[in-house]
Amino acid sequence: MIEQPSLTRRGLRVIGISLRRAPKPFAYGVGGALLFAGMTVLSAVVLGRVTDRVITPALEDGLDVGDDLWIAFAVIVAVGLFKGAGVVGRRLGAYVAQYKLQSDHRRVITRRYLELPTEWHRRHSTGELMSNANADVEAAFFVAAPLPMSIAATALLGITAVLLVVADPLLAAIGFVVGPTMAAVNAYFARRMRLAASQAQQSRADVSEIAHESFDAALVIKTMGREDAEAARFGAESERLRDRMVRFATVRARFDPIMEALPNLAILAVLYVGAVRVQAGALTPGDLVQFAYLFRLVALPIRVFGWLLGELPRAIVGWERIERVLDATGRTEYGSRTSDGQGGVPVAVDGVTYRHPAQRLPDSETADDELAALLGAEGDAPAVHVQPHERAPRLDADGEEVDETRGVRDVHFDVEPGRTIAVVGPTGSGKSTVAQLLVRLVDPQEGQVRVDDVDLRELERATLAGTAAIVFQDAFVFDDSVRGNVTLGLDVDDDAVWESLRLAGAEGFVASLPDGLDTRVGERGASLSGGQRQRVALARALVRHPRLLVLDDATSAVDPAVEAEILANLRGAALPSTVVIVAYRNGSIALADEVVFVDRGEVVAHGTHERLRAEVPAYEALVSAYETPADEAAEVRR
Amino acid sequence: MNAPAPAAPPEPQPVDDGAWRTIVHGLSLNPELRDGLLGTLLLALAATAGRVVVPIVIQQVVDRGLAGSSVDLDAVARFVLAGAVAVVVTGVTSSIMNRRLATVVETALSNLRVRAFRHVHDLSMLHQAAQQRGQMVSRVTSDIDEISRFMSWGGLNLVTSSGQLVVATGVMLVYSWRLTLVVLLVFVPFVLAARWFQVRLDVAYRDVRQKVGDLLSVVAETVVGAPVVRAYGIEERTQERLDERIEAHRAAAVRAGTLSSSFSGTGELFGAMATGAVVVVGVLLGVDDVSAGTVVAFLFLVSLFVDPVNIAMEVVNEGQTAVAGWRRVLDVLDVAPDVADPGPDGHDLPDGALPVVFDAVDFRYPLPGEVQAEASGPLVLRDVTVTLEPESKVAVVGETGSGKTTFAKLLTRLMDPTGGQVLIGGVPLTGVRFASLRRRVVMVPQEDVLFDGTIVQNVAMGLSGGDPTSAPSQRVRDVVRGALEELGLADWLDELPDGLDTRVGERGLAMSAGERQLVALARAHVADPDLLVLDEATSAVDPATEVRLQRALAGLAQGRTVVTIAHRLSTAEQAELVLVFDDGVLVERGAHAELVAQGGVYGRLHASWVSGQVSG
Repeated sequence: MIEQPSLTRRGLRVIGISLRRAPKPFAYGVGGALLFAGMTVLSAVVLGRVTDRVITPALEDGLDVGDDLWIAFAVIVAVGLFKGAGVVGRRLGAYVAQYKLQSDHRRVITRRYLELPTEWHRRHSTGELMSNANADVEAAFFVAAPLPMSIAATALLGITAVLLVVADPLLAAIGFVVGPTMAAVNAYFARRMRLAASQAQQSRADVSEIAHESFDAALVIKTMGREDAEAARFGAESERLRDRMVRFATVRARFDPIMEALPNLAILAVLYVGAVRVQAGALTPGDLVQFAYLFRLVALPIRVFGWLLGELPRAIVGWERIERVLDATGRTEYGSRTSDGQGGVPVAVDGVTYRHPAQRLPDSETADDELAALLGAEGDAPAVHVQPHERAPRLDADGEEVDETRGVRDVHFDVEPGRTIAVVGPTGSGKSTVAQLLVRLVDPQEGQVRVDDVDLRELERATLAGTAAIVFQDAFVFDDSVRGNVTLGLDVDDDAVWESLRLAGAEGFVASLPDGLDTRVGERGASLSGGQRQRVALARALVRHPRLLVLDDATSAVDPAVEAEILANLRGAALPSTVVIVAYRNGSIALADEVVFVDRGEVVAHGTHERLRAEVPAYEALVSAYETPADEAAEVRR
Repeated sequence: MNAPAPAAPPEPQPVDDGAWRTIVHGLSLNPELRDGLLGTLLLALAATAGRVVVPIVIQQVVDRGLAGSSVDLDAVARFVLAGAVAVVVTGVTSSIMNRRLATVVETALSNLRVRAFRHVHDLSMLHQAAQQRGQMVSRVTSDIDEISRFMSWGGLNLVTSSGQLVVATGVMLVYSWRLTLVVLLVFVPFVLAARWFQVRLDVAYRDVRQKVGDLLSVVAETVVGAPVVRAYGIEERTQERLDERIEAHRAAAVRAGTLSSSFSGTGELFGAMATGAVVVVGVLLGVDDVSAGTVVAFLFLVSLFVDPVNIAMEVVNEGQTAVAGWRRVLDVLDVAPDVADPGPDGHDLPDGALPVVFDAVDFRYPLPGEVQAEASGPLVLRDVTVTLEPESKVAVVGETGSGKTTFAKLLTRLMDPTGGQVLIGGVPLTGVRFASLRRRVVMVPQEDVLFDGTIVQNVAMGLSGGDPTSAPSQRVRDVVRGALEELGLADWLDELPDGLDTRVGERGLAMSAGERQLVALARAHVADPDLLVLDEATSAVDPATEVRLQRALAGLAQGRTVVTIAHRLSTAEQAELVLVFDDGVLVERGAHAELVAQGGVYGRLHASWVSGQVSG
């Protein structure tokens, strides 16, 4: 493991970054906090003076204090007003800084998401990327909240110390004992509390994991009548969480009262020692009141520091997770060639090799794991790391690990314009990789993919998107209207949208939706069935009149009869696209003019369906597994 | 799968007068929350009483110890010592109180969590509406965590702050009712201001939560839909959507922050005004009414007055989220299970294969907002009457949405008919105890989810009392191995890296879809049901696994009544009885050949399927 700089240094780095990136709001915040601190001290001084010059003379000696009373009132309120202004400035500065930092980084992170290549996305789980843009950003800049106050607290502590020493060095000595004691108590408990908190957090994650797993398997559990067994399993984990929460509360229940009692005991000590000093004539009763008041203030900065330190580990983890996104390298560079042709393009896949990057496990770690490890590193909890991958990784040209078993190797095939080919092969044979190479979701490591005799990498981005369209099996729909999902911002009229829906076999159900094209499909298209989502996704591709249409098992959830209709529509179009279908069902394969049979990342055979069935036993075995009464089917066909 | 989404739990609502009802309802469900509550409250009062000790001591010292020109050191020592004792006692008391409160609250919440978890498993929305599972997980995790977080901070503060307010007022009254009146009068406008802020803060924070949700949904689209964004070149459009929502969230958060900051500032101002007023009124009242020490003590007591009001405001804001979470949990608990266990009054099924009779069965799904009992959605199954003979092999076919899946769910009592009844061995299914029913009737779903464990642990779940997490005994291992062998899966098992102990990965994702099916079939086999319902998998598998699946299915079918929801007509060809559903009606029944000859719905399905199989 690489030696990490200390927690403090990493924490200071996060604080430094925060300050640098939102200097103005922080300046206001610190200004406000300083005003607040100054006024707090001043209010103690004022109360002391008021006691000596107004309260005591008036109430003990029965003197007429005259206008001094009103001056005292005005000064007290004025100090309160400035103190209030200081509070507003301090808190508002902190809020503005915090939210500015959050939104700025969210913008940068999401821009990176849009830029980073497909491979990078594949290496990171959805949950992780969501958390980078949300929880991690929040955690990283949560330090912004106590930051102005901490800076001001340092000043406050200094001012208080000076005042105490000037007024009475002997009494000040009590402060110099209590302050460090509180800091020590804080340090002692803070570590224990963080540790207890991170253990509770771990338990919380375990409880959540069981709930997810159990609810996902609800049908199995129900049909096996295992509900009670599941509840017992969940209950045991929930009890553990409870115990850990109680443990955390127990630590806190010791800490809080001690922190509250210490300054109070100090004030009592000040009173006694102060009384001795008053007797000796070294102090007035007013000085004593002022002292007592100042002592109450000593507690505040120390607590604020405790708060800041408590947030720091979380901020470090949050920031370092964000940094991984910001530092990730790679973006897709587009060429400058444009094209305005229409109709199917010739496609050439020429000696293409592409190996998928290896899955890297540490990326899937959660922020909580990292936090636990971070705290564990300086605490007592052992950080357990299991390294499941023993095999030596192979590196590709960029030094990235690649997975030898996934991808394609030296693939050649050509498709003539307007033809339909099917890419067929067993699971994991590289079919989807071929599909992704054809639309440049990934770039070949060797060889070229050419459309219309141009390497895809030379095409300008809009031209590429306009030329080649892909439809995925997992039809992704946006939380938008049906129209928005089909056009995705493309400027086309409703007739064109309806026409593409018709071709995709979606016209009927869209027409029956309550608001037609304006119907919102809900988050992830929750209001549509799987087959309906696939048809909308297909229409999205068709409305663009792509010259190359790639269907990656895109009709898997559509009824066979509807699928046949869709595929017939595609062939009947006025300007037929070149179509590449990755398919499992024989119905889809049947529509292709020819078949490219892939296995273990290589093209095994290329030809018509009949020829491959007759000549390639592996192909025959594969396709006959999908169906059965082929003879009968052939009968009907004839 | 083709069912309309069942009634969704109500959206979180703003906390208003309903908050109180939620709290009362919640307390009635969790009586343990009230355990020792009185003791805890008394401790809280004692703990806050300690906070006013210091001002009192200061007053006593100033008034008596330092009175006049001489200093009475003995008196000062007595006061200081008494004060120190009080401070220490306060500390100990509040420590005990904190702990008690945490133990009671966390225990109650843990019970609530487990109870909600168990209840959710009784709700059909769990298996019918996969998209709502995430919400159900939130009910037993984050929503309850929210309450816990609130109670450990806000609940505690609320208790101590109210105590502090009461005690401070009491002490002030003892010193001088006139000065107390002054303080209270000054705070009247402050309380009014607090209410004004409160209303606006509530709206502002609700807006922030809404904006966070909006932001997250578009971030999720960007992440999950990354390939679509890339392939369709819509990066700019997506970024615009993102920027818009990021900015909307920031603006809303800053708005809320501005309000909250202004309120804190107001608190300081009112504190100063109260202090000033005490000085002025104290001095004007003169020596006859108040002493210098009293006024000085008031200066401290006033600050004890400002803090609780400030804290109460924050607590109420935070509390909104917690109460909303609590309400969501209680709402789930309030949903009656669609299918209830008759319990001890129910029947136990005799051993051996039994006939199943559907007698004029109707079924409708509830419309959103309805419970199953008063479902008024369209009929998805209409007047189905059919008898399944013991040990028969039945295939159920029909297009998507025809009602065949609903038929299976009624057969396994995942749902109850809205009309007519289902009888097994002459007994209504609703009268059979779950313990007996779930042992005798087993369904293998289309996409089986495995538990993160080993093969043997997953298969052993089918055994009664099997535990997917603990280490299986040798006897269990033998049973599981035997079952796999009986299903002709010994060769597959031998190919696995760790045999029975091969890990299946999270949700079984380390295995292929076909292998997950094999595990699921073995699990059903060890459960040894008399009626087996199979929802045929549609996902394609490689030929070797396909062969194994067919072999395992044949083995599994022996000596049992098997009903298969057939997605491939090849399965129907081999069945003794084919039931054909069309638009919720059982339109045809009979053997494959007969039905093809009839040329009805089945004939058409068959023709379309055959043409789909055609070689190009």
